[in-house]
Amino acid sequence: MALLEIKDLMTVFDTAQGRIKAVDSVSLSVDSGETLGIVGESGCGKTMLALSIMRLVPGIGKIIQGEILFSGKNLLALSEDEMREKRGSEISMIFQEPMTSLNPVFRIGEQIAEAIRLHKKISSNDAMTLAITKLAQVGIPHPEKRVRDYPHQLSGGMRQRVMIAMAMSCDPQLLLADEPTTALDVTIQAQILDLISDLKNKNKMSVILITHDLGVIAQTAQRIAVMYAGKIVETAPADKIFTNPVHPYTRGLIDSIPQAGITGANDMPEFLKTIPGSVPSLYDLSPGCRFYERCSFADQHCVLVEPPLEKISDNHFTACWKSAQLAK
Amino acid sequence: MAGILLDIKKLNKTYTIYGTALNDKKRFIKAVKDVDLQIFKGETLGLVGESGCGKSTLAKIITLLEKPSTGSVDFQGENIFEYKKDKLKQYRRKVQLVFQDPYSSLNARRSALSIITEPLVIHKIGDKVSRKKDTLELMAKVGLSEQQANRYPHEFSGGQRQRIGIARALILQPELVIADEPVSALDVSIQAQILNLLKSLKNDFGLTYLFVSHDLNVIRHMSDRVAVMYLGRIVELAKNEDIYNNALHPYTRLLLSALPSRIAGKEKKYTHIKGEATIGIDKGCSFQSRCPYKKEICSVQEPDLKEIENNKYCACHFSGKL
Repeated sequence: MALLEIKDLMTVFDTAQGRIKAVDSVSLSVDSGETLGIVGESGCGKTMLALSIMRLVPGIGKIIQGEILFSGKNLLALSEDEMREKRGSEISMIFQEPMTSLNPVFRIGEQIAEAIRLHKKISSNDAMTLAITKLAQVGIPHPEKRVRDYPHQLSGGMRQRVMIAMAMSCDPQLLLADEPTTALDVTIQAQILDLISDLKNKNKMSVILITHDLGVIAQTAQRIAVMYAGKIVETAPADKIFTNPVHPYTRGLIDSIPQAGITGANDMPEFLKTIPGSVPSLYDLSPGCRFYERCSFADQHCVLVEPPLEKISDNHFTACWKSAQLAK
Repeated sequence: MAGILLDIKKLNKTYTIYGTALNDKKRFIKAVKDVDLQIFKGETLGLVGESGCGKSTLAKIITLLEKPSTGSVDFQGENIFEYKKDKLKQYRRKVQLVFQDPYSSLNARRSALSIITEPLVIHKIGDKVSRKKDTLELMAKVGLSEQQANRYPHEFSGGQRQRIGIARALILQPELVIADEPVSALDVSIQAQILNLLKSLKNDFGLTYLFVSHDLNVIRHMSDRVAVMYLGRIVELAKNEDIYNNALHPYTRLLLSALPSRIAGKEKKYTHIKGEATIGIDKGCSFQSRCPYKKEICSVQEPDLKEIENNKYCACHFSGKL
């Protein structure tokens, strides 16, 4: 059964220049124990989607349409107090930059204990003991000493581990990880990705992993959703996305990574394939497909009518008028 | 390969960190340690390493933005630190930098045209008319249109700004271009466009690149030879294929194994190496704290960068035996 089901979600920002649809009629589901990867370029709305699930859309942004069903309950219908109880206990989030998401003037132990005590009625001593256990779980050496450290005393990888410990402190059912390794070095990235999947397996939780890096997602996600300009353009099991991508954007994205070394192939092309142009401005989107300007398959129909997300085979959905032709 | 363009000899750079009121001990950070490196004319030398390994410091020293503590850098046979006046200006013309962040490396108050033309003005090349003509020609080559010439940086996307940065570096017809993480701040689809552009410009202008990046895939795509840096030292230097097919140094292997695999569902083949780069190791190999093959000698003696096989250099006591 799906743990999280998003139906027709729309998050908008009303600015002086007009309305921006950061998340535009997105429907998604995450099964329990599953890792869903959301991939897309900057500005495609992947972070706004995560923040919408947490109901933490900043500033003037608001959710104007849709449902977010978490274990069958619509999160959008909850009061702010009820939502606060869910955040951090049933649904947690890790952010990209661990330095800016930790408070620099509190010891890390206190910060983890605070998260625990918000959701559990236990003494501060017990909370601190629990914080130490959590730090040990995320692989921090000498956790009983480290709880007394301030964030600046830790390296980037260690800080991200602290963030994960904090997110895991109440054993959530769903973890949202927004670019958790982007600010880290490759060797540390591998350690953190490992840690997330270990914790996922141990605690049987679901993970939504948001990243722009197809390599990261290939390694960790079971299912992948590709986002472009606020919309999901393709979802499929991970191996299908890589072996048999259908949407021209997904194809372009995969072709544009220098991927020798990943595939182990020696025949490197002199030049990479690229997607021409850049992401359209969200202010004046065409009524048709958002990708048509950069798409080599586009025709008049694509310019005028927006393609719906349609099933093309088992578990494989894509939003493209040419999908029947491209799937062959 | 043609002659040596740039010859880096025994280069060291030590930064001093002065103590605070509470702790008046001075500390020394060796950002670059005993680096010997040659850049041949016409090649792309990839320099790869994690943050803090000294790759940007090395790039800064080569462009004379930093002075080394000891050692020398010879450009076409002459020591660049002894250059004076005209020679210095000549050198600065021949060696150009492309920066990582296209947002902070362009002057926000000047138009694209004026940013790209400025080096010509500084070096007093041509007159107003010819400068504008040259700039517009080059802008076309890097994929910017004439209509965009009078726009300001904020009106461009990240990829287009990087094109302006590249045009600014190339306007003086340099011989050596140092690209310091030129695509790290860009989205994947834009990254590919810029990499292709850099490659085709290299062919058109007969450039030599020192390509600095932390991304092994990008390095592999761009380079002829690859130098791997770890905590200030070059630990391995070899031809592109050799690094990726048959890496000798345990750190290079760790880096390669940490690359996320594209084939989903496939078993992760990377070794679980724990720990992080430890600075302040005075004695022995700087990788000893993370190395799975560590033996006694590693904590006593620092391994030199030695030629193991033909054109394959590695700084490890056990290289070739692992």
